[in-house]
Amino acid sequence: MTLLSYHFMQRAFVAALLVSLAAPAVGIYLVQRRMALIGDGIGHVALTGVAVGILFKTQPVYTAVVVSAAAALVIELVRSRGRTSGDVALALMFYGGIALGALLIDKSQDASPATLVSYLFGSLLTTSNGDLVAIAVLGGIVLTIAVVLRPWFFAASHDEEYAVVSGLPVRALNMLLAVMAAVTVTAAMRVVGLLLVSALMVVPVATAQQLGRSFASTLVAAIVVAETASLAGTAGSYYLDTKPGPTIVVLALALFAAVTVYATAIRRWRGTRSAAAQAAADPAKNLIYES
Amino acid sequence: MSERSMPVLELDRAEVVLGGTPVLRGVSVTIRAGEVVAILGANGSGKSTLVRAALGLIPLTRGEARLFGRPVRSFTEWARVGYVPQRLTAASGVPATVAEVVSAGRLARRGFLRPRTAADRAAVTSALETVGLAARAADPVSTLSGGQQQRVLIARALAGEPELLVLDEPTAGVDAASQDAFATTLRELIGRGVTIALVAHELGAVEPLVGRAVVVGAGRIVHDGAVPRPAGHHADPDHEHLHPHAPAAPPGVWTAQ
Repeated sequence: MTLLSYHFMQRAFVAALLVSLAAPAVGIYLVQRRMALIGDGIGHVALTGVAVGILFKTQPVYTAVVVSAAAALVIELVRSRGRTSGDVALALMFYGGIALGALLIDKSQDASPATLVSYLFGSLLTTSNGDLVAIAVLGGIVLTIAVVLRPWFFAASHDEEYAVVSGLPVRALNMLLAVMAAVTVTAAMRVVGLLLVSALMVVPVATAQQLGRSFASTLVAAIVVAETASLAGTAGSYYLDTKPGPTIVVLALALFAAVTVYATAIRRWRGTRSAAAQAAADPAKNLIYES
Repeated sequence: MSERSMPVLELDRAEVVLGGTPVLRGVSVTIRAGEVVAILGANGSGKSTLVRAALGLIPLTRGEARLFGRPVRSFTEWARVGYVPQRLTAASGVPATVAEVVSAGRLARRGFLRPRTAADRAAVTSALETVGLAARAADPVSTLSGGQQQRVLIARALAGEPELLVLDEPTAGVDAASQDAFATTLRELIGRGVTIALVAHELGAVEPLVGRAVVVGAGRIVHDGAVPRPAGHHADPDHEHLHPHAPAAPPGVWTAQ
């Protein structure tokens, strides 16, 4: 395969593969809590972190981790208080994050106009070895915690109040999940960009939800969907000469649409079949069975 | 198992204010080991707030809540407490099987970061058998009826093998036949010596099992003793007489499959 003979393509595939393992593993809990949009907000604020990294001439991914983790903790605090005014407070923070980030990157001597676009929509093909190390370390940590703490995250996300009465460290779990979401956002920004990062956490889960019967199988299916979309999207972007980030997300959405049509058809078919079976059953037989 | 007559759930002059409105106005109640207590009252009387405050879910503005003799804020032995919250459904945004939801109830006993043992699995199976849903363990919880999902929540509380079971209106909106099935489950638990605190609007089929009734009205305890006669209870002008087991309810939700 000529595609894999290029080093930049090899790095692109490895980065896409790693990010697609971690993103749904965190995203499933965000969807379970009905907080699917939170990754978007973190992504907005992460841009300020990227700008700080560029200004101080360090790796932007590390400053982005710090800034977005702080933002995620603020989001979690606002959520746990449950105030309606918190909604507006978060909106202010998100707009502030993206505006300040764009402003600072624009003023930086080391950044070209393309820099901003590359962080907003990803630039998978310019992934360096240093980027790969950062993605592997951050993604690996997130994935390990998500797998090891699965029963506890499930309980706290499924029924928070019940988890409190079970004596689980619910506040610590919520904070940890917020930081994991922030780390995932920064690890994935190279692949799909800060504006699309949330799609990789949410769309595969939304797709898998329609097929899964259990939480465990839904998680595995979500990772399979994410891997399919990101690996096929990376290859597709090479042949179609499109941007990898948007290609991956459009492909994930296409998978979602296809699965939705399939799942709806299956449900309809099962529905008519069970109705027909009931009609065909002998009512007298039912009576005997019940008595 | 806790020694008989030892207090397991206590509120001492408890006051709760929610959104500026006093909901509990100086409530003192003690439930002792082995007791089966019904907490009754009309909608909005504060009966649900009473148990939620006792479990530490709602902070007290005055007074103290104790579990097994310890202030609830420093209480750590949560495996001794089983809680069935008032929920319309046992499902959440992401699919989960009945066994997965019930397993969450085992975490209190299992301990943080401990691997799952054979005893944990057995407890989940046994809890599902107690509520008559063992055959549905692998089914997605969203495919169960409303009453069956209530039983899943009860099984979740039982998976931790609690000494005290707090149930918040587990039979709301459930038909008469299903209430009988709930009574069977409750009878079995009482036989095992589990202390029961049951919040209810009406007792229905479980009435003969209840040893003591605490009636809450406008944030105060207005009766504590024998179960009030239905006639008197229904004669109360404040009593909003809604029959949740009207024919509109889905059939057989509390009955075994």
